[in-house]
Amino acid sequence: MSTAVAESPADIKERNKALIAEVLEAYPDKSAKRRAKHLNTYEAEKAECSVKSNIKSIPGVMTIRGCAYAGSKGVVWGPIKDMVHISHGPVGCGQYSWGSRRNYYKGVTGIDSFGTMQFTSDFQEKDIVFGGDKKLGKIIDEIQELFPLSKGISVQSECPIGLIGDDIEAVSKAKSKQYDGKPIIPVRCEGFRGVSQSLGHHIANDVIRDWVFDKAAEKTAGFQSTPYDVAIIGDYNIGGDAWASRILLEEMGLRVIAQWSGDGTIAELENTPKAKLNILHCYRSMNYITRHMEEKFGIPWVEYNFFGPSKIEASLREIASKFDDKIKEGAERVIAKYKPRMEAVIAKYRPRLEGKKVMLYVGGLRPRHVIGAYEDLGMEVVGTGYEFGHNDDYQRTTHYVKDGTLIYDDVTGYEFEKFVEKVQPDLVGSGVKEKYIFQKMGVPFRQMHSWDYSGPYHGYDGFGIFARDMDIAINAPVWKLTKAPWS
Amino acid sequence: MTETAEKIRDHFDLFHQPEYSEMMDNKREKFENYVGEAEVARVSDWTKTKEYQDKNFAREALVINPAKACQPLGAVFAAVGFEKTLPFVHGSQGCVAYYRSHFTRHFKEPTSCVSSSMTEDAAVFGGLNNMIDGLANAYSLYKPKMIAVSTTCMAEVIGDDLNAFIKNAKEKGSVPTDFDVTYAHTPAFVGSHITGYDNVMKGVVEHFWDGKSGTAPKLERQPNESINFLGGFDGYTVGNLREIKRIFDSFGIDYTIFGDNSDVWDTPADGEFRMYDGGTTLEEAANAIHAKATISMQEFCTEKTLATIADHGQEVVAFNHPVGITGTDRFLQAISRITGKQIPEALTKERGRLVDAIADSAAHIHGKKFAIYGDPDLCYGLAEFILELGGEPTHILATNGNKTWEAKVQALLDSSPFGKGCKVYAGKDLWHLRSLLFTEPVDFMIGNTYGKYLERDTGTPLIRIGFPIFDRHHHHRAPVWGYQGSLNVLVKILDKIFDEMDKATNVAGKTDLSFDIIR
Repeated sequence: MSTAVAESPADIKERNKALIAEVLEAYPDKSAKRRAKHLNTYEAEKAECSVKSNIKSIPGVMTIRGCAYAGSKGVVWGPIKDMVHISHGPVGCGQYSWGSRRNYYKGVTGIDSFGTMQFTSDFQEKDIVFGGDKKLGKIIDEIQELFPLSKGISVQSECPIGLIGDDIEAVSKAKSKQYDGKPIIPVRCEGFRGVSQSLGHHIANDVIRDWVFDKAAEKTAGFQSTPYDVAIIGDYNIGGDAWASRILLEEMGLRVIAQWSGDGTIAELENTPKAKLNILHCYRSMNYITRHMEEKFGIPWVEYNFFGPSKIEASLREIASKFDDKIKEGAERVIAKYKPRMEAVIAKYRPRLEGKKVMLYVGGLRPRHVIGAYEDLGMEVVGTGYEFGHNDDYQRTTHYVKDGTLIYDDVTGYEFEKFVEKVQPDLVGSGVKEKYIFQKMGVPFRQMHSWDYSGPYHGYDGFGIFARDMDIAINAPVWKLTKAPWS
Repeated sequence: MTETAEKIRDHFDLFHQPEYSEMMDNKREKFENYVGEAEVARVSDWTKTKEYQDKNFAREALVINPAKACQPLGAVFAAVGFEKTLPFVHGSQGCVAYYRSHFTRHFKEPTSCVSSSMTEDAAVFGGLNNMIDGLANAYSLYKPKMIAVSTTCMAEVIGDDLNAFIKNAKEKGSVPTDFDVTYAHTPAFVGSHITGYDNVMKGVVEHFWDGKSGTAPKLERQPNESINFLGGFDGYTVGNLREIKRIFDSFGIDYTIFGDNSDVWDTPADGEFRMYDGGTTLEEAANAIHAKATISMQEFCTEKTLATIADHGQEVVAFNHPVGITGTDRFLQAISRITGKQIPEALTKERGRLVDAIADSAAHIHGKKFAIYGDPDLCYGLAEFILELGGEPTHILATNGNKTWEAKVQALLDSSPFGKGCKVYAGKDLWHLRSLLFTEPVDFMIGNTYGKYLERDTGTPLIRIGFPIFDRHHHHRAPVWGYQGSLNVLVKILDKIFDEMDKATNVAGKTDLSFDIIR
C-alpha cells in the first residue's frame, strides 16, 4: 500500500533520478552505461520520453522479453483459427506457447479450428544434421490428410531452421502447388532474430504481404464491398477483446470485414485489401501491414484506443470522422447508449480506487493505452515501460503520461523490483513472470497480458470487468494479512 | 443489456448473450468462408473412427499435442534446487521467458533464470561475448552463490563450447576464479525435459566431485552412512520432497536431497521477495560423494547421473515414481537395506492406514478402465497403483518414453490379471490418445492440464496428476509419494469417480434414482 504523501513533480523527479542512479550502481560499468539510456523520468511538454529502445537486451540480466517466434507464432499468426501453425523445430517453443495467450475463437478445435493445439515437427538430432525439409513436406502431407478442413498452414521457424540452412520457402511453394494453391506460408521468425518479439511481428506482417495478399487477388474478386467496410487490425481477442470492440463498430453502422488476428481466418486476411478503413489497435505489432495497405491499396488507417470510456468515446468519434453523417450519428448513439452504464461503473468503483498509484510494464500498446482507463477510475499511472517498444511508441506515450512518470524500457528483473520497492505503488500491472514476485512483496498485481484469465477489457463491456478486476486486486483482504501480528 | 455495474458479466457469460451470439454467427456466415455445420459434424464424426485412428497412427513426422517439453526446461528445474543458484541459459532469450512462464503457471510462484541473450551476431561469431558479459551481469545483480549454465538449441546448433567459454569468462574476471559455475549441454533436439534434468544433475555431480573443471583437486570418496536422494523432474516437488524428508527423518538417517527446490517454489508472502530460498548447499553437494548410496525416485530422469555416481563407487538404486503400497514398500525396504535401519513403526502404521483406505474404497475403482499419460516414471508409478486398486490401466502413454520403458511397463502389466488387454505407447502424443479414447474408451483419464481438451472432445473425465497443472491451484503442495502421498492420489481418483456418479444421477425425477447420499 502506498505510504507516499502527495509529492510535487519536482520531488518525484528528484526521487526518480536518485532511484535510477541507485539501480545502475548494481551493474558492472559497461552494463550500467548501456542500461542508463533506457531509464528516465518523463518531463512534461517533451515530445519524447528520452529513453532508447528496441536495442539488444544485455546478457545475464533477466530481461522480461521474448523472441521473434513468440511475436510471430504467439501473437500475429497463432490466432488465425482455421489454419494449422507448425512450430517448426524442437518441441519446446510450441509447448510453452500452447494455449497460454487466451486469444479466444469460435470453432470446433481439431476439426475446423486449431488455435489451442500444438503442432510441432519435434526436431531430433538427425533433423539438425540432415536438415528438416523432407520432414516438413511429410508434415504438410499429414496435416492435409488428418485435418481436411484446415484452410492453410503456416511454418513458424524456431532457432535451428535458419542456422541449418533449410529451405522452407521451397517446400512451402511446392506443397502449396500440390494442394491446389492452399496457402502454405513459411515464416522466418527464428528466435535469435532481432532483439525481442517485435521483429517477429514485423516478419509476420511482411509474410502476409508477400504470401497472402499477392495470391489473394483472384480469390477475393467476388467480394461485395460496402462503403462502411472496416478491418480491425491488431486486436488479438484476449479474453474476447475483439468481440467487445466489434460489437460497438457494428452498432455504429460499420461493417467489420476482418479481425487481425484474434478469432481471425485466412479468408478475412485475404479480404482486408477491400476495406475502406483499417482501424489499428496494437500499433506496435501491425503498423507494418497497415502502412503497406495504405501504400499499395490506398486504404487509410486510424489508431484507436478502446480502454476506458474516455478513450473509447474519443476513438469512436475519430473513427466516425472518416465516414459520413450516418456513421457519425451512429457513434453518438453508441456513446449515449453506454454512458449511463459507464457512469454507474465509475460511481461504483471510483470511490474504491481513487488516488491509487499504478506501475505498468507490458508489451505492445498497453503501457500507454490502458492509462486512460485507470484515470477514468481516478487512478494514477506513476511508472510505465515497454518490453519491446520502439521510439514511435515512446513518442505516442507522451500523450498519455504525466510529468514525472518513471519510464523504463526493457526493464530487468532487478530494476523492476527496486523501482516498485521504492515507489510503492498500490498496483503493478505486468506479466505472469512478475506477478508472484510483487504479490510476495505485498503489492497487489494484475496480469496485463492475459488479463489474469479474465476479460475482455476492450470496449464498453470490457470496462466494467477492468474496473471490477482492479478492485479485486487492490482491495483484497489478503494484503492486510502479510505481516504476522507478532513480527 | 449485456452488462451492468451491479452484475458485471465477463467472458464466461458475456459472449453467450444473444447480441454476441448473433454477431459471431454473422461473422462466420459472411466473412469466414465457413464450410457449414453439417460438414464440420461429418469430419468431426470421422475423426472418431478406426479409419481415422489408423491414419493418425500412421503419422511419421507430425507431432500433435505432445506430452513432453524440451531439455532446457528440465535444466532450469534441476538448477534451482541448489542453494542461491541462478540458472543461466546460454542461447536465445525468448526460451528463458518461456521456461519462467511455464513453471510460474504451474507453481504460481516466481522462477528466476537468466539468458545470455544471443542474437544474429552471436549466431555468426559464437556466443563467447554473451557468456562473458552475461556471467558478469548476473553475478553483480543477483549475487548468486553458484551459476548453473545450460543451453538452448541455438547455442547447440552453432556448437558453443561451454567449458571453454566459462574458463574464458573467468579469465576475463566475469566471476571470481573459484566461483562455482556448473555447466551442461542441453540441446532441445535430444530427449526431453527429463533429459535436461539428468544432464544438469550430472554436470553438478561432476563439477563438485571431479575437481571443478580442472580448477580444484578431485574429491576423494570417504564412504559414510549417508544416502543421497534424487527426485527427478517432478511437478509435485514441493509436497514430495517435504514428504521424503519426513520419511528420512523418521528413519533417523543422514541424507542429502540432491537438488532440493521445494522451498524456492514455495516462498511466503510476507512482504519480502526471496529470489533464492532453501536448496541443497554447495557443501552438501560436494559431500554427497561420500554417501553410501544414491536413491533416484525416477529412473528415466536420472540415467546418466546415476551412472556417473555409480562410477564414483556408490550403490545406486532407481525407482519409477513409486505410488501405492507395493511401490512405497520397495522404496522403504531399499532405505532400510542400505542404511541397516528398521522401517519405523510409524510408517508401518501409515501403510496399514493406506491399506485400510484402499479396502474401504476399492470397490468403486475395481474394473474401471484408465488412460494414463505423462512422463515415463510417473506413468509407471500410477499404473502400478491402479493395478493395486483393481483398476485397469488400459492406455499408458509417454511421448518421451522409449523402448526400454515400454518393455518395463509391459512387464508390469503382465504381472497382474488387471493388466490384461492394457497397452503401452512410447513416443505417441495426445492426438494419438484422442483416437484411442474414441475407439477403445476408458472410464477415466489421468494426466496433466492438457488432457482437458481430450475430456472436452471425448467426454473422458480427467483426473489431474502430472506436469503442468495450470488450471487447478496448489496441487503441487501436497505429496504423491509415500503412503501419505498415495492416499492423496487415491482421494483424487475417488473424488472424480464420485463427482461423475453424482453428475450422472442428478436430474430430478429422471436420473436421480441413484442420487445417493451415501456412497
